[in-house]
Formats: sequence, structure tokens, C-alpha cells
Amino acid sequence: MLHPLPHEHSHGSPLVEIRGLSCGYEKQRVLNEVDLEILRGDFVGLLGPSGSGKTTLLRAMLGAVDVYEGEVVVDGVRASDGRPRIGYVPQLETIDWNFPVTVREVVMMGRTMENRFFPWFRKEEKELANHMMDQLGILHLAGRHIRNLSGGQQQRAFLARALVSSPSLLLLDEPTSGVDVKTRDDVMHLLHDLNHEGVTIVITTHEINAVAVHLPRLVCMAGRVLAQGTPYEVITPEVLFQTYGADMPVINYEGMPIVAESPHRYARNGGESGDKAMAGHSHRHA
Amino acid sequence: MAAKVVIKRWPGTATDMLDVIFEPFTYPFMVRGMVAAILAGALCGGIGVYVILKRMAYIGHGLSHAVLGGAVVSFVMSFNFLIGSTIWGFLCAQLITLTTKKRKIAYDAAIGVITTASFAVGIVLISRNKSFTRDFETALFGNITGVFPGDLVALAVVAGATALVLFVAYKQFLFTTFDGDVAQFYGVPTGWVEAMFSLVLAGTIVVSLQVLGVLLIAGATVIPPVSARMLTDSFPRMLLLSTGIGAVCGFVGIYLSYFVDVSSGATIVLVEAAVFTIAMAYSTARSRLVSARQRESRPSPATPAPDSSIRPGVEPVKTEGD
Repeated sequence: MLHPLPHEHSHGSPLVEIRGLSCGYEKQRVLNEVDLEILRGDFVGLLGPSGSGKTTLLRAMLGAVDVYEGEVVVDGVRASDGRPRIGYVPQLETIDWNFPVTVREVVMMGRTMENRFFPWFRKEEKELANHMMDQLGILHLAGRHIRNLSGGQQQRAFLARALVSSPSLLLLDEPTSGVDVKTRDDVMHLLHDLNHEGVTIVITTHEINAVAVHLPRLVCMAGRVLAQGTPYEVITPEVLFQTYGADMPVINYEGMPIVAESPHRYARNGGESGDKAMAGHSHRHA
Repeated sequence: MAAKVVIKRWPGTATDMLDVIFEPFTYPFMVRGMVAAILAGALCGGIGVYVILKRMAYIGHGLSHAVLGGAVVSFVMSFNFLIGSTIWGFLCAQLITLTTKKRKIAYDAAIGVITTASFAVGIVLISRNKSFTRDFETALFGNITGVFPGDLVALAVVAGATALVLFVAYKQFLFTTFDGDVAQFYGVPTGWVEAMFSLVLAGTIVVSLQVLGVLLIAGATVIPPVSARMLTDSFPRMLLLSTGIGAVCGFVGIYLSYFVDVSSGATIVLVEAAVFTIAMAYSTARSRLVSARQRESRPSPATPAPDSSIRPGVEPVKTEGD
């Protein structure tokens, strides 16, 4: 459907290299011994239950966690040494929609640190923002308050903010949570288009059938990386059991794996690794 | 000592009328008071925008109390009141931030703990020394008639410094206020921005104390920005509007208090409250009008909405309950 075949990405040195990473916040470990490589042009989905460390892994790439062991290198820069150019799109639910800003003002935030000692933006920066909003189809909404947009338009505004900072990597935290089905598909199509233009993208998601199986590459997590590869390799009953601690039958539908949901059986906790994230029905529905 | 000058006679002629209107301007202490009220009103209104958008309306209330502790301690140690209190207020703000970092303690609770403790330090020292009583009243309610030229200089310096900081670091302040977590991901030094904000806020509160007093400062930092927010959706406009409302209310408040012979700080806050009521009425009426117009112009269900079909890839505007 969206992206049925594994995406051919360029070869060469990986954009993100994570080696033996253990990290967390204030002495509380969230991730253990994570090894992960993300190639240029990749489109990776991080899948796992709540508390499995998906967002923490994104924050690790941004250099915003306490690293206990290992290292994160993004675009040749160690996350601890300097800030690599990364565009970050937060969950829409975390945005203060009553804050008095227009779409244009939000997009320009992406350029905050470019001429840090000048309070105004350069003409080229404004043109870049206009160009980006035009590409995403929200230029005609530039003067609107962010509350007066549809879910898809809101997502585009924050995507534009990430893109005007000319990032080498785009991170999105649950871009499809809390939006309706049509918006979800719009956003995913948009991300795939961007990916085809060469933008490397990493997203976190809870939605296996609607989002994860359409991505070229998946990483299953629960405090550590349990499996990674194409959806065919990763979406298997064994891996899902390890990830969610529940039996989740996988059906092959027109060449695409689909996870059948049997909610009553989720109540039984079958996690064998003793991970705290494994409890209960952690699979959230859209 | 409040202004005891009340209207002596009912104005008979136009000249008499003008005399009465301009009477307050003939007293140097009133002119100083007016300048102080305008500056303090503008300052509190401007910084208040960041205060309410950060959802910490309570910080103005708390810090003004905390600053009293700093003022008394500075007095006891015969240290400069303005500098001592500003540093004290800044440290209190840092302490509040530090406490909330330890999680499990909400921001408002941390404000409650630290600022009341600091306030209590002030009260304890005052109760040890009975000669404070008069100054204590000034500290609580403000005394605009007792503004000295030195106070004006302090106000002007803080106002200038605040304007400079908010102008130069406009982008960083906006992003940090909007979403501090993400701003950090974009390389904004949010720690610095927060620290500068605390410093500017502490300075604002200290220099405004003379005009508004501990108990009324919260009003001046919260009411103008909230009123401005109801009148505009644009951040820079809100900033200018809030500063303007603060300045105008400062002037109107002290001018009225001269004739009515009541506490000027309280009058300023009441004028601001009146502006808030008008702003609220206006914004309610406007949104009613807009929705009524939308209802009129909405096409009947039989005709399909044309907008989404013309521009591909553009969704119609989100409606309520989405």
C-alpha cells in the first residue's frame, strides 16, 4: 500500500550510529545496550509498548539523555560533543494550542539559532520558510493561528518548522497519535514523499497495522532492541511476544503482515524478560 | 502618606475645570508617582506576557512575597535594597526551578514552599524590630507618593534592561516559552533563557514594589497580559498590547487615586480589572458575531463545500469537537 517494498537506501557511512548505548534520566536506566545503525535515506519506525524507550532513543539522538555507556554518533558528530542538525517534531498532544502564535511564527522557530544574536530573521530565511510552507501546502495558512487548523495542517506546520532548520535527520514522536484515519494517512504519505526526496526519517509509533507495516524498516524495542529489519522480518508472533508480552497472531494479507488483535488474552502477562514495560495491554488503538 | 488633596470646589468655568484636570501635575511628587506607575505598569505588563504563557501566573504573587524577605535582610545587613532584593528574588526563582527538577513536586507547590518561607524570614526579622512597622505597610500596599528620583532611575534602568533582553533574545524567549523541551532540541540555550527570565522578573518585582506593593504586584503581572491575549492571537501584538495596557492603567490608576484619595496601587489594579472585563466582553461578543456570521454563510447540506475540492491536498478547517 503505502510503501510495500523495502526501500533502497544509499550506501556509505551510516547517518546514525549507536553503539552499546545505555542511557536514561537521573540514574534511572531506560535503554540497555542498544546497537543501531540508520543509513542515509532510511525511513525507520520504532515500535514498542509505552515505556519501552522509543522516545528516549529519539532523545538520545538529540543528545538529551544521560548516557551511561556507549555512544551516539549522528552525521559524524557525537551527540555529547555537539548538536547535529536534527529536525524534531513533537507529539501534537504536547503543544499548547492556546499559545498566541501563527503558523509562520511556528515555522520560523526552526531558525531560532541561525543568527542567534539578531532578533530578526534574514530575508533568505523568510523565503526558505515560505518555500517550505508552500511545499507542504500550508503557505495560504501562514497568518493563521495554530489552533485554527485541521490535524493534518497542524502536523504540516510543525514538520515545516523541523525542515527549515535544514536537518540531516528528521525525528517524529508519534506523528499519528491522536489524529483521525484520514489525517494519519495524509501524514504518512507526506513523510514517504519527503523520504523519497532523500530525507532520513525516524518515527515512533504504537500502530502496527496502520503505520508500522508500511515502513521500510522497523525496530522493535522494550528497554533494548529486540529485533530490527523489514516488516516481514520483524512482525512475527515471536518478536511481538517478546515486545509486548502477549500472543499476537500475524496474518499474511496480500503480501503484508497484519497483526490480529485478541484483547482478552493481553490481560495475561507473558513477558519472560521481566521488563516493567511489558505489563498489561500496552497496545494503544488509534 | 496618601495625597490629601481633594477637589476643593466644584469647577464653575472651563478654566476652573482645566485647573482641576491638571492639578495633579502641579505637584512634583505626583508627577514622579505617575512616571513610576507608567513604568511599573508597562514593565509588569510586558514581562507578564511570558509569565502567563508559561502558565506560572502564581510566580508573580510568590516572588513578590519572597522579595520582602530579601528586602528586610538587605536592610538588616545595610546592603543596597534594590540589588539585595533582586539577587534574593532571583535565587528564590532558581530554587523553585531546582525543586521542580526533583520531580514529584509541582511548580505551584514549589512556589508555595519557597516564597512563603522567604516571606516568613522577612516577617520574623520585622517582628524583632518594631521600628519597621511603617515601612512594612508601604511594602505590602505600595506608596506612590513616596517615590524618590532614585526610585525612578532604578525603574528606568530595569525597564531598559528588560526591554533590551526581550528584544535581543526575542526568538529564544519565544521558542523557550512556547515549548522549552523542543527548543532545547533545536539548540536554544533554554537554561540561560530561563535564568535571564528569572533575573528580569525579580528585578521587575523589586522596582515595582514601591508603586504596587507585595500584595498587588501579581495583579499587574497577570491582568494586562490576560486582557491582551483576549484581544489578539499574535505574540508580538500581545506583547505590545499588554505593555501598553499596563502603562495606561498605571497612569489612569494613579490619576484617579489623586481625586478619589484612595490607595494608588489598589486603584491601578482595579483599573486593570476593568480593562480585563471590557476585553472579555469584547472578545465574547466578537466570537459570537463570528459564529453567527459563519452560520449564516454556511452552505446548505445539499451543496457540497467547494474549498477542499479546489485545492488538492488541503483539508477543510478543523471544526469543534475534533
